[in-house]
Amino acid sequence: MIDLSPAQDRTAPQSDLATAMLAVRDLHAYYGESHILHGMTFDVRPGEVVTLLGRNGAGKTTTMRTIMGIVKKRMGSIAFEGQELINLRSDLIARAGLAYCPEERGIFSSLNVTENLLLPPVIKPGGLSVAEIYDLFPRLKERASSQGTKLSGGEQQMLAIARILRTGARFLLLDEPTEGLAPVIVQHIGRIIRDLKQRGFTILLVEQNFHFAATVADRHYVVEHGHVIDQFENSQIAANKTKLEAYLGV
Amino acid sequence: MFELLGVAPQALFAQLIVGLSNGAFYALLSLGLAVIFGMLNVINFAHGAQYMMGAFVAWMLLTYAGLPFWAALVIVPIVVGAFGLLIEKLLLSRLYQLDHLYGLLLTFGLALIIEGVFRHQYGVSGLPYANPLPGYLPLGFMNLPYYRGFAILFSLIVCLATWYTIEKTKLGAYLRAATERPDLVQAMGINVPRMLSLTYAFGVALAGLAGVLAAPIYSVTPLMGSSLIIVVFAVVVIGGMGSILGSILTGFGLGLVEGLTKVFYPPASNTVVFVIMVIVLLLRPQGLFGTPK
Ligand SMILES: Nc1ncnc2c1ncn2[C@@H]1O[C@H](COP(=O)(O)OP(=O)(O)OP(=O)(O)O)[C@@H](O)[C@H]1O
Ligand SMILES: [Mg+2]
Repeated sequence: MIDLSPAQDRTAPQSDLATAMLAVRDLHAYYGESHILHGMTFDVRPGEVVTLLGRNGAGKTTTMRTIMGIVKKRMGSIAFEGQELINLRSDLIARAGLAYCPEERGIFSSLNVTENLLLPPVIKPGGLSVAEIYDLFPRLKERASSQGTKLSGGEQQMLAIARILRTGARFLLLDEPTEGLAPVIVQHIGRIIRDLKQRGFTILLVEQNFHFAATVADRHYVVEHGHVIDQFENSQIAANKTKLEAYLGV
Repeated sequence: MFELLGVAPQALFAQLIVGLSNGAFYALLSLGLAVIFGMLNVINFAHGAQYMMGAFVAWMLLTYAGLPFWAALVIVPIVVGAFGLLIEKLLLSRLYQLDHLYGLLLTFGLALIIEGVFRHQYGVSGLPYANPLPGYLPLGFMNLPYYRGFAILFSLIVCLATWYTIEKTKLGAYLRAATERPDLVQAMGINVPRMLSLTYAFGVALAGLAGVLAAPIYSVTPLMGSSLIIVVFAVVVIGGMGSILGSILTGFGLGLVEGLTKVFYPPASNTVVFVIMVIVLLLRPQGLFGTPK
């Protein structure tokens, strides 16, 4: 059975619609016949860093892929700066001003580092210049002519984040940018995310590691079985540590 | 040295030029196949028929509209490419979700239909197309026919321009990236379905262009494509499916090898390409320029 009833009860109050940059309401998504998202509802306000926390297979990546229109079979509402995205083609969603850094990083092996970096088209003014990007990620400048997939895992992650900063999109979706990386690189990515927030980017971040999430985010949503089951302000994290550990199974 | 081999230099160079100009057609056609396969994952069996259409459209422009070869060189690729665009939009684009085989069967069927229509209309005997560049350049050691020289040079330029565009430009970067991860490239804001349509149209336009170039050399017949395309598929197998530079080099190279075989051992000249294909398949199944799967 498909539950299509409005999900006001779940989390975000309707009044947030007016102030949210991204308002997701009762979002359902399917891979073929499998029903994966069961009424995701959450908000991201301008300038916030918001995380989706949850166990393996909870539906965090699917939520991002559905927002970007990569998952085609979807229902519900995704409002971005007041514009409804649910029926838009993927490239038009990107042109509305959202940029996506996938979990698997998606570095192209037939492109060198510079080509990977310059690949996403600039969709509006206000993106970072290439010089600013090299300031944030000096390694990428040194490796400019290497084949994209010859980079280390950490460098590939840097490149995957870097290339979505030039496009002028002010809303970033980052899917587990710290996954499988060494602690120094995780710290570097933490600094980058705080820096991007300073620059006014709005960020939806998927994380499994809530200790890391707590160092960068304003708010957290806990996802399980394709819907939001709880939410916290970042300041409440310490007080709810046991509850979170139970949700995430750590 | 020529005397030692028992071959007159005139004959040798004449065959080399014939070989190179055949190679020019192999290169143009296998390049189109490689571009289409690389982007769309479709083996375009209609390629030979589209090449034949190119020659026929050139013949029609001349016969019915009095438009000379040089005009056809520009108009035909556009017309044949537009036909390709229509096929992609109406038919091929519906098959991308399915197995390779569906695209192959569709284009094979289209080839039969296109050939059938032209056979019905024009029969199977060849229609002549006047050489727009008669005469030859006497070089001393050989006479270089102007038109063959032009066809070789023109094809080489088109091939290299295509290679450059794909490997060295921003547009090419989109194409290469979309070959790897179309979903992700589209989620960056690129209209990938439109890019696929235009790529198919471009590959088909290359076939049409080869057809115009062929009209003054070979006679224009409805079957000219199906006889050539067999060799071209062998060229593609030898070069490695989907490799751009590989298809160009292999096309010209095998044309040359065929020409040389005609000089030194004429009976093998029609089969040498297939012999090489067998050897390559045995020693390097991914093709000379292909990467192993
Ligand atoms: N392409 C697909 N086809 C079918 N089912 C899929 C596909 N991708 C993911 N799923 C299923 O959808 C569910 C949610 O997967 P998703 O990748 O969104 O989880 P996640 O929360 O991102 O997990 P992780 O933390 O492991 O990345 C899982 O049960 C998964 O098996
Ligand atoms: Mg995931």
